[in-house]
Amino acid sequence: MTSFAGWQMPLRYGSETAEHLAVRRAAGLFDLSHMGEIAVTGPDAGAALDYALTGQPSAVPPGRARYMMICAEDGGVLDDLVVYRQGKQEFLVIANASNTATVSGALADRAAGYDAAVVDATLDYALIAVQGPAAAGILAPLVRLDAVGPEFPQLPELGAMKYYAGASGAVAGREAWVARTGYTGEDGFELYCRPQDAEHVWTVLAAEGAGAGLVPAGLAARDTLRLEAGMPLYGNELGPDVTPFEAGLGRVVKFDKPGEFVGREALAARASAGPSRHLAGLTIASRRIARHGYPVLADGRTCGTVTSGAPSPALGVPIAMAYLDRPAASLAGAVLLVGIRGEAVPAHLTDLPFYSRRR
Amino acid sequence: MSVPAELHYTPEHEWVSVEGTSASIGITDYAAQQLGDVVFVSLPTPGATVTAGEPCGEVESVKSVSDLYSPVDGEVIEVNAELEDDPSLVNAEPYTAGWMFRVRVAQDGNGDAALPTDLLSAAEYEELTKSAG
Repeated sequence: MTSFAGWQMPLRYGSETAEHLAVRRAAGLFDLSHMGEIAVTGPDAGAALDYALTGQPSAVPPGRARYMMICAEDGGVLDDLVVYRQGKQEFLVIANASNTATVSGALADRAAGYDAAVVDATLDYALIAVQGPAAAGILAPLVRLDAVGPEFPQLPELGAMKYYAGASGAVAGREAWVARTGYTGEDGFELYCRPQDAEHVWTVLAAEGAGAGLVPAGLAARDTLRLEAGMPLYGNELGPDVTPFEAGLGRVVKFDKPGEFVGREALAARASAGPSRHLAGLTIASRRIARHGYPVLADGRTCGTVTSGAPSPALGVPIAMAYLDRPAASLAGAVLLVGIRGEAVPAHLTDLPFYSRRR
Repeated sequence: MSVPAELHYTPEHEWVSVEGTSASIGITDYAAQQLGDVVFVSLPTPGATVTAGEPCGEVESVKSVSDLYSPVDGEVIEVNAELEDDPSLVNAEPYTAGWMFRVRVAQDGNGDAALPTDLLSAAEYEELTKSAG
């Protein structure tokens, strides 16, 4: 167990490598109840979120989800988010645990003047994720999805749910918002249930999924899974000192949406000037891990800093993401080294993501 | 968690097994579990002199890097080369195949190994890990 943003979190249940491989080959069961859930509702909820975020939630159909960011006026990233549209006037914004209060506060400020309510509902939800190629098969007999009226396309069965979609329903007989989303690079589902139902849901899933290879997986495996999948982590690749463009995620900024939004001016300037740093993937020619904060050198000179590093079970070597002061293309042929506690270890530029699932 | 009764321990979670004046050293099952999957072990060079309580290597896991301390004074006579290819032995068999290095320690007046007096017994070490939660 480990302390994280005020929560006691399972770092690993057994071997994090075994948990990682189980998610790639079968499925892993995650307790992600620390994640923040912020409900934004009301006639103007979509318009308020369009103003508050980089994306355009008002254009998301009910029952679908989008990856977005919330930026400061200067374009710096306050958090990266998943936004579910649960109904015409109902949105659920998922924030990182360490940023929930910041995001909730910023949303409330930015929604002032709109007919929309912002409520931090984090303590009303437990979040259990089932991730991996076996997830849909494990969950299908345990999930019932609601039929949800004419403006929602009805979801006949779990397997037909699209990626980045969600629906209300029940898991193991307990009410839940069931979404096909995740942070592992695999197919999978995230189940937002009531805290008092979480233990029951977990116990049933663990028992029913075991035969299909489902194992409990902790935060350590979640981190190596997302890193292999090239997904940024707030605090490592994202923070108030970078805009989405440095992270290679400029596509989340919807300049063509109608109306103003917070950070537009600064983000437009950054979009036209180009990013100040460039997120790159590295593979490390050693067993040693290039960790957050370690320097990257090109032809003997510092050219960047590692943001995340871990062993990659998929590639069999350590991998890392780093911010470099120039685009990776301009480093072709350069000798790259990472300073690992006094030792200069060769590194190689590697396209992100390190791992893509077969579809 | 296993704490073999016949070994000596340190508060830094190393174990020591003494035969004559040769001390074999590794990290405990508790330490291996706390670290998580070990991915790299940096060991002292054979011939090097190590000092009790001083760092002489590193144990790197998925999530962290920790110093490896020598529990005894002496000269390194052998290291476990298997760990280079398979550091996961530290997790799988911390007291046997996952051993790390062997030290020749000085003899006391009786010809026995002169060990530091502050090494812990298995019972004392177990107590320590329990109070650490």
